[in-house]
Amino acid sequence: MLTEEEKKEILEEAELYPYPAAACIDALKIVQKHRGWVSDESVGDIAEILRMSEDEVDGVATFYSRIYRRPVGRNVILICDSISCMIMGYKTLYKYISEKLEISFGETTSDGRFTLLPVSCLGDCDNAPAMMINDDHYNNLTVEKIDELLEKYK
Amino acid sequence: MERPLTGHIKKGEAPPGFREYYRAGGYNGTIKALKEMTPAGVTSLVKASNLLGRGGAGFPTGVKWSLVPMEGENIFPKYLVCNADEMEPGTFKDRLLLEGNPHQLIAGMIAAAYAIQAGTAYIFLRWAYKKAERELRKAISEAYREGFLGKNILGTGFNLDIHVHTSAGRYICGEETALLNALEGKRGIPRTKPPFPATSGLFGKPTVVNNVETLSWISHIVEKGADWFKGLSLTGTGGTKLYGVSGRVKRPGLWELPLGVTIGEIINEHAGGMHDGYAFRGVLPGGASTDFLVEEHLDVKMDFSTVAAAGSRLGTGTMIVLDDRTCPVAFLQNVEKFYALESCGWCTPCREGLPWVEKMLSAIEDGKGKMEYLDILKFHTSYMGPGHTFCAHAPGAAEPLQSGLRFFHDDFKRHIEEKKCPWK
Repeated sequence: MLTEEEKKEILEEAELYPYPAAACIDALKIVQKHRGWVSDESVGDIAEILRMSEDEVDGVATFYSRIYRRPVGRNVILICDSISCMIMGYKTLYKYISEKLEISFGETTSDGRFTLLPVSCLGDCDNAPAMMINDDHYNNLTVEKIDELLEKYK
Repeated sequence: MERPLTGHIKKGEAPPGFREYYRAGGYNGTIKALKEMTPAGVTSLVKASNLLGRGGAGFPTGVKWSLVPMEGENIFPKYLVCNADEMEPGTFKDRLLLEGNPHQLIAGMIAAAYAIQAGTAYIFLRWAYKKAERELRKAISEAYREGFLGKNILGTGFNLDIHVHTSAGRYICGEETALLNALEGKRGIPRTKPPFPATSGLFGKPTVVNNVETLSWISHIVEKGADWFKGLSLTGTGGTKLYGVSGRVKRPGLWELPLGVTIGEIINEHAGGMHDGYAFRGVLPGGASTDFLVEEHLDVKMDFSTVAAAGSRLGTGTMIVLDDRTCPVAFLQNVEKFYALESCGWCTPCREGLPWVEKMLSAIEDGKGKMEYLDILKFHTSYMGPGHTFCAHAPGAAEPLQSGLRFFHDDFKRHIEEKKCPWK
């Protein structure tokens, strides 16, 4: 069930549009902000509040890369795997992080601390390779910087 | 040399606040438009300046605006949308403008909205641009406080609200009709054209979608005129352009330069040339969806028509350099994988063709390719080309592939004959 706070935030967004369903992406983002991901149950709750079918909501949810339909860890590492970062060596970074955390792309550490995902270009191409952890950008990365960086996220 | 777009952006410093930018004259053109000009007058001035869209396609901005109905029934509400969904690999120019001078964009958006008489504007922002989002929201609330947004702006009776919408992340949302679907809360799938957004756009109403760099120009052009704008370029097209270089060059970065500087000047002078131990092999001059150019093209002027005549596109003006220590097959496999993943899945050539292309490139890179694959790849570049697909996504993906197959044919052949990647 949606919390009162989630409902309030979703309805506020819906007010800004000519019809409630137009706030579907906003609603998904609100639920994800509070819960970390969007469960089947939440899809149903959003459908109800925005007067859509569950399938419609799920169609939107699964279209967008930054809506998570599966649980993620407390921190999400997004490594840019696009061309400028490939030229500048993202694969070395990935290999190091993957071995250190013992997870591959798409996986979460057993303690739930990190999820590792590839991401398309972060617009940091002149300072490649780049990655994000949660909402924070990091660029000009080298393997030496990684240990210290990950320590910031518990 | 004049740098109108980046003149107020100082590296490592916060963007100018409203007062600072206003005192520097940044809102002069906006004030002139609203107080002294008719909406049609603003549109014809922008038309006369020959400002070509900076998002990649280069469509004349004034012409786009002139397609919006100004008289008749049911034409309101109208919308202006700023496309700030910069997501093409190797492209990082709008980010500088968004983070470095959000008031320049807002000043331009007010004048643009006035020209088409839109009462609501959206900035459709790339999800990853967190700093840009903070700066934009701050600048927008300042503009409201100073009476440049909201009701009865500057006492002229013109009303405008600007909302920031952060995307949930898909490259296709940069396509203007897919963007409109995303703004409506739907899957970001391109729409059939016609009707064009100018007559039936957001929520079925007249809408103009312009790129960040394009809109950042408007107040400058209104203040200083069409001739001033034209005089900024070396080729007469009009304006300066943000050019970027990424890859193994000495100083990757972004520079505002007159339209028409050569590719060689940008790479060798501004980006400092190739990094020690790396040699130049080729460049995608305008982002990942543009055709390769090589050594013989270094004298090509970076302008819309000249890059097109050389067989590529100016695109976004942000170059990706291929060096001799990066495998061109791996390069293309990476680019095509991006396009395959980002296909919205609506039309068959794109949904099926792109993964097929990516698989063949992977096979060649892994030493499992056959010579006939090259013909199949070549076939796909026309099968996914213009006229066969619903939007420009797959044709864009076909561009680096078709030229890559031609310029790096020997490298493809070596992969297949030696049954391995020579770079590994």
